Amino acid sequence: MAEPMDFLEQLKQARTSGEPDRIMQAIPYSRFIGVRAIVGADGAALCELPFADHIVGNPTLPAIHGGVIGALLESAAILALLQEVDVTQVPKTINITVDYLLSGRGQATYAQGRIFRQGRRVATVRAEAWQDDRDKPIAAANAHFLLV
Amino acid sequence: MQLDVDNVRQMIRAAIPHVAALGVDLVALEKGRLTLSLPYDERLVGNPQTGTLHGGVITTLLDTVAGMSVFTVLDQMVPIATLDLRIDYLKPATPGRAVIGHAHCYRHTRNVAFVWGLAYHDDRDDPIAHCAASFMLSTAGAPPRREPA
Repeated sequence: MAEPMDFLEQLKQARTSGEPDRIMQAIPYSRFIGVRAIVGADGAALCELPFADHIVGNPTLPAIHGGVIGALLESAAILALLQEVDVTQVPKTINITVDYLLSGRGQATYAQGRIFRQGRRVATVRAEAWQDDRDKPIAAANAHFLLV
Repeated sequence: MQLDVDNVRQMIRAAIPHVAALGVDLVALEKGRLTLSLPYDERLVGNPQTGTLHGGVITTLLDTVAGMSVFTVLDQMVPIATLDLRIDYLKPATPGRAVIGHAHCYRHTRNVAFVWGLAYHDDRDDPIAHCAASFMLSTAGAPPRREPA
C-alpha cells in the first residue's frame, strides 16, 4: 500500500477525484465484504456488493447475511454524505434503522443513499438496496450521522 | 428450548458462513438470552486511522445474536427473517478488543418476535451499541418465501 494518507484527506480526495471507490478501498471492512463504489449512469455514486460465499447468512436459500445488508446500506449512506458534504470530520453514525423487505439472493446487490436533511451537526440520510430491479428494494435504511 | 450449546456452536462456526468468517464464538446461552463474542480483526476496521471496527460489523454481530436469541424461546426451530433492526451507536469500539453481543428475546407471538440487544467490551453498563429488532417467524416446514407475506 502507498504511504498512508490522512483518512479525512482521503475522504476529501475521493469526493473531488470522481473516483469514489478510492475511499471504499481505503476501508479494510469494505474490502472484507467486497463492497465497491461505482458511478451510475446519472453520474451519482452508488455501492455495488458482488455476491460471495463468505457474506452468506443462510446457505440453504442462499441469502446474504442481514448484517452485511445493513453494512452495505450504512456504506451507501456515508458515500452519499461524502459526495455532497464537505466534511471536516469523518462522519460518525449515530444510529441506523434497517427495514428488511426481501431476502438478499445470491447475486450482486446495489445500494444508494440520499441526504434527507443536512444540518450543521447532524445529517439524516436514507438508503435503499436492490438486486435486479431497483423498484423492488430488498432493504431500506434511515440513518443519522454526526458531522462535527 | 430446542437450541442447545452445541446447536449454537454449529450455527456460528459452520452453518452461517458469514458469522463463521468473522470468528464469532458462544459466551452464554439461556432461555430468552444469548451472548456471543466477536474477536478484534484488522480486516473489520472502518476507520484505518483509529483502528476502530466498522459499524457494519457491530450491526452483523447484533443482528446475529438477536436473531439467534429468538430460537431460544421457540418450541421448535422455524425459519425466521429480520423485519427491522435499529442500532444506536453509543461509543466507538476500542481497537484491539473483542466485542460481546448480548440479546434478549423478551416477547414473541405466533408471527413476530421482539428483541433488544447490547454490544460492549466487558461492562454491560458501558455499551458500544444498543439494538431493537423484530423478526418474522415462519410456519414450521414452510419453504422460505421470496415475497413478503
